Amino acid sequence: MKELISKITKDYLFRLIKDGKRLDGRDLLEQRDLDIETGWIGTAEGSARVHLGDTDVIVGIKMDVGEPFPDTPEKGVMITSAELIPMASPKYESGPPREDATELARVVDRGIREGEVMDVKKLCIKKGEKVWLVFVDMHILDFDGNLFDACGIALMAALMNTIVPAERHELGEDYPLPVEHVVVPTTFYKVKDQIMLDVRLEEEMIADARLTVATNENGDIVAMQKGLSGVFEYEETISCIEESKKIGDELRKQLDKIKS
Amino acid sequence: MAEEELKLIDEKGIRNDGRKFDELRPIKIEAGVLKRADGSAFLEWGENKVMAAVYGPREMHPRHAQDPSRAVVQARYNMAAFSVPDRKRPGPDRRSVEISKLMSEALEEIIFVEHFPRASIDIFVEVLEASAGTRCAALTAASVALADAGIPMSDMIASCAAGKIGGKVVLDLGKKEDNFGQADVPMGMVPTTGKITLLQMDGNLTMEEYKQAMELAMDACKEIYKIQRDALKRRYSTSISTFEETNDMEEE
Repeated sequence: MKELISKITKDYLFRLIKDGKRLDGRDLLEQRDLDIETGWIGTAEGSARVHLGDTDVIVGIKMDVGEPFPDTPEKGVMITSAELIPMASPKYESGPPREDATELARVVDRGIREGEVMDVKKLCIKKGEKVWLVFVDMHILDFDGNLFDACGIALMAALMNTIVPAERHELGEDYPLPVEHVVVPTTFYKVKDQIMLDVRLEEEMIADARLTVATNENGDIVAMQKGLSGVFEYEETISCIEESKKIGDELRKQLDKIKS
Repeated sequence: MAEEELKLIDEKGIRNDGRKFDELRPIKIEAGVLKRADGSAFLEWGENKVMAAVYGPREMHPRHAQDPSRAVVQARYNMAAFSVPDRKRPGPDRRSVEISKLMSEALEEIIFVEHFPRASIDIFVEVLEASAGTRCAALTAASVALADAGIPMSDMIASCAAGKIGGKVVLDLGKKEDNFGQADVPMGMVPTTGKITLLQMDGNLTMEEYKQAMELAMDACKEIYKIQRDALKRRYSTSISTFEETNDMEEE
């Protein structure tokens, strides 16, 4: 089922956006309040709950020992899934993940994977036989727009908080998961030729196009994804990337704080 | 198994987590924590973390399942993959299907379903962290979320378990007690009327022990009921006292 929005709200939003304004008085490229709480789930190896405005997500990390993929015998494995549970929105239904949940999981996964946040070679226990499996589960509790960023930030925070359960598997002492890079995504939505950051639900519903850019602490781009049926100009993608680096640095400062 | 070495309860009747035989784990409830849901409640019960959300009354889907005389109550109990020590595969299993059914039936008893023909009232409970007694936690949280959603209902259900460990009947089994104990009786009731809306039992109990267990659990439900009511009072008194609270916070 699709979320619905009334025409009057839609028209009002269009008028605001044309003047560079937003429903809650933010600037177009201003983020909502962000709150990150780590270690929230005692049964998980690492976890984070992120409130981005009223959007509320939990990422939990579980680790297990298993076989590597045959083509990467010396690398650990990360498996990411997202569940848009019916708690989070009147339109979500229970059942296996649909395409939007799959895209969400894959885009968030791509940033972490391609950004080499974890050195997967360090997750190898015995080449070709035994590696660490890292299960990432993203649970959406309240959906008020921009799940990509909320989940991406929560996943990064959860990884920084993860303790490898070596003792449980008789592999020596527990140790923090080696995190090499800090990658965060920022997602831009385009509405009527205006580009805005961190949309609320109503803004997301009227958007024409979406662009997610994930950057690392060196300012490198590590993953991108364009979504929805609208289009971006080449120049627009450049300015999104510039902006993503700036916002990414702010987010990394916040993430560093919770680390220490 | 290792019951003797584990020593779930000592000679003085103190359990391995320091509780007395008739002591509940600490319970905290907060009502109205989610924006999208019509009603919600977050409950922490010992190490358990449970979120409940209510949507409805709304149009029942699929249509053929509508009841022209009353609303259909659909509860969904779901465990997060990371809620247990060994990752649980997402999605419903036989256990959660059974708990969902029992919860739906228990809650149907207190909701005025005849007020909403053809509608559904949906209750979603997510177990985010599990440590024994999640079905009781779920039912307790669901009741608060229903009240928060303003669903017309006769009362709330409070739920709690009692059981037997080391030959003694005790209240509210913890994780180890649940795994290595001898019996578990999760029950739910409407504390003001004494009506029992949920009752399960597994293990081994004599008649006398069953009576002791139920008495412990019924007393505890009254205590839990108070926590449920307090959560709702806090939620709906804030709008009046916001001004004072803000002032207090500034002074601090």
